[in-house]
Amino acid sequence: MEMFYVTNNTASAVAIADIPVVDYVALYNDLKERMNDPRYHVGHYFATEVENGLRFYMILLDDQTGEVLITSFVPDYYAEGLASLTAVHQQFHPFEREIFELYGVPFDNHPWLKPLRFSHDRRDKTSTMDSYPFYVIEGEELHEVNVGPIHAGIIEPGAFRFICDGEQVLHLEIALGYQHRGVESEMIRNGNRLRQTLIAESIAGDTAVGHTTAYAELVEKLAGKDIGDDLKRERLVAIELERIAMHLADTGALATDIGFQLYQVACEALRTVTINTTQAWCGNRFGKSLIRPLGSNFPLTEAKIETIRTNMADVRRRYNEVREDILEAQTLLARFEQCGLVSKDEMQRIGGVGQVARASGLKRDLRATHPSGFYAEEFSHEPILRTDGDVMSRLATRMDEVLQSIDYIHQVLANYKPSTTIEAPDYDASLMPEALSFSLVEGWRGEICHVALTDKEGAIAKYKVKDPSVHNWLGLAIAVRSEGISDFPINNKSFNLSYCGHDL
Amino acid sequence: MIFGKFKILHSHGWQYIPNLDNVTLTEEFRGFPLLTVTDDKSDIERAAAICPTKAITTSPLTLDMGKCLFCGECQRCAPKNIRFTNEHRLAATRREDLVVMAGQTKPCFTKDAVRPEIAKYFGQTLQLREVSAGGDASVEMELNATGNVNFDFGRYGVGFTASPRHADGLVLTGPISANMAEALDICYNSIAEPKILVVCGSEAISGGLYADSPAIDRTFLDKYHVDLWLPGAPTHPLCFIDGITKLRK
Repeated sequence: MEMFYVTNNTASAVAIADIPVVDYVALYNDLKERMNDPRYHVGHYFATEVENGLRFYMILLDDQTGEVLITSFVPDYYAEGLASLTAVHQQFHPFEREIFELYGVPFDNHPWLKPLRFSHDRRDKTSTMDSYPFYVIEGEELHEVNVGPIHAGIIEPGAFRFICDGEQVLHLEIALGYQHRGVESEMIRNGNRLRQTLIAESIAGDTAVGHTTAYAELVEKLAGKDIGDDLKRERLVAIELERIAMHLADTGALATDIGFQLYQVACEALRTVTINTTQAWCGNRFGKSLIRPLGSNFPLTEAKIETIRTNMADVRRRYNEVREDILEAQTLLARFEQCGLVSKDEMQRIGGVGQVARASGLKRDLRATHPSGFYAEEFSHEPILRTDGDVMSRLATRMDEVLQSIDYIHQVLANYKPSTTIEAPDYDASLMPEALSFSLVEGWRGEICHVALTDKEGAIAKYKVKDPSVHNWLGLAIAVRSEGISDFPINNKSFNLSYCGHDL
Repeated sequence: MIFGKFKILHSHGWQYIPNLDNVTLTEEFRGFPLLTVTDDKSDIERAAAICPTKAITTSPLTLDMGKCLFCGECQRCAPKNIRFTNEHRLAATRREDLVVMAGQTKPCFTKDAVRPEIAKYFGQTLQLREVSAGGDASVEMELNATGNVNFDFGRYGVGFTASPRHADGLVLTGPISANMAEALDICYNSIAEPKILVVCGSEAISGGLYADSPAIDRTFLDKYHVDLWLPGAPTHPLCFIDGITKLRK
């Protein structure tokens, strides 16, 4: 029997019966070798309750061929623990930790088997936020700095514990879960798909378009319907607008943290122009209500196309002035260059994704490797890469991506006339029963992966969400090692990861 | 190098909104809803049924802005019954004032419900501590935006402070995740009296999509008096600015 069911990101949903059920030891041995090759990384890995136990599903991505590999296994109820994949490939750590937290599955030799997010349906209710087992290093010369859960700014909560030797950070551990709202269980509370769409919008409000696109594509695969080129084109514009807005916000935030007010205010104003463009399109500055399954409530009009074109041309010109000045600003470069280094190997080891991975030279970009929507049409995307893996690289990647995204918007809107084929959203389309559907979308932070399993009636019975932050939080912890603790803020901003997207 | 900076400044120009009271948002913005009763109830019943947060009642016809996420889907189901205007001034001092009745033409801000000491103590300056308890980061970003170069709410003496010890009040966002409930309580109690409590965003006001989730714990709101309710998903910066300004007058 084959080890994997092989598909890709544009194929329709997969019948659960077609997914192989393999022997865990054989899978472990396969992955132990396979994952040494950087072309592979784990997209999702979760367990779900079935009769008499658990069935585990794993989705692997092959960046070289664009293939998506799906497999599953059902361990013997009476078996001993499973050999930990994290012990050989660290990128599995958040997934094994989640399975351990939810179902109590022990993973032998897992180096860091700690709770992931203290979800309400965790197995061990005696394990709480307050009892998180922080790593401790003994030593008279060391001290701990505890930050959070409430931070100094208007920002989401999370607990950060630094172990420092003087001003130098030896170790940072990030304990999350404060933001847990029960996204995955609320997703399947009832079959109201408008409600599911709105929950997708709230997974991470700064990635509303990204996560809702992931939800919509997943549903469309289950419905077995093609949404047409025009809607795909408009969704590309929407998600690139979101990327531009957030990269602008981060450029400004990085400038704020080193007291560089000129860039800060310039970027604040440019972000306002960008999100107000989205607001003029759909009524919401974050693009909530813009993405809907199987259709749209806001097909672009002549006037809106013109607004987007004009505003983006303006943003491009003004932002490029900021970008060029940043590249010459010695005081800024002195802070950002060679600070918070994460090497390409390290990024690959932890399974890093998105523009922070690209800043370390790791070519992870679903728009190029596993395109869907308009990216999979006559569109070619070349990811922007940097090799230094420092704060400056993460900023420079963002700056170049803003210009690239604006160019993409101009490219796909050139000669575009308001569509006559975009339909109203459909919240009642019948979905393929007993199927697994996944979606992979490159949000502004990186790889978003949603997975759903349907029951006999075609209702969504299991919903799993992965925000790119799940991979990348460990990257931040690694970046600040051996840096001065005062450089933590710029490192944090250079990653700008989601708390709610992680905690769900 | 210095020329580059002049170029940025020149392109940047003047960005602040001179009069924050005098802004009309884009037509697409969904703010205060107008409700109209019709004999045929079939449309509005469909709208009420699909509403993800059960914000609509059909008899009598009402829409609770504290539950509403302003997705606009009900207007598409029942265009004769519901029409969202671009009115962003949605602040209320009493929770019940957020329930919009049929025929109501503007939001209801009950000045009598404002504690008189608020104007006395916070009329000149007001520093707030924000706590996100399950917020999705969009409300938080909009609160940050109130102080940015466009809105510049700081010019009226309103800002956000890092320590609750320095704060005159707390702004709550998010449906209040159970994992955050204790930290929220500690933070609120660390603020010296007199203080205000502002609840920002529909998810904070009612729990929104997570109202029935076992992962949230809303007992905080049963314990303390709320001075200002600000609906929205997220709350628009101008809605926050308008509400706080009215509260301090």
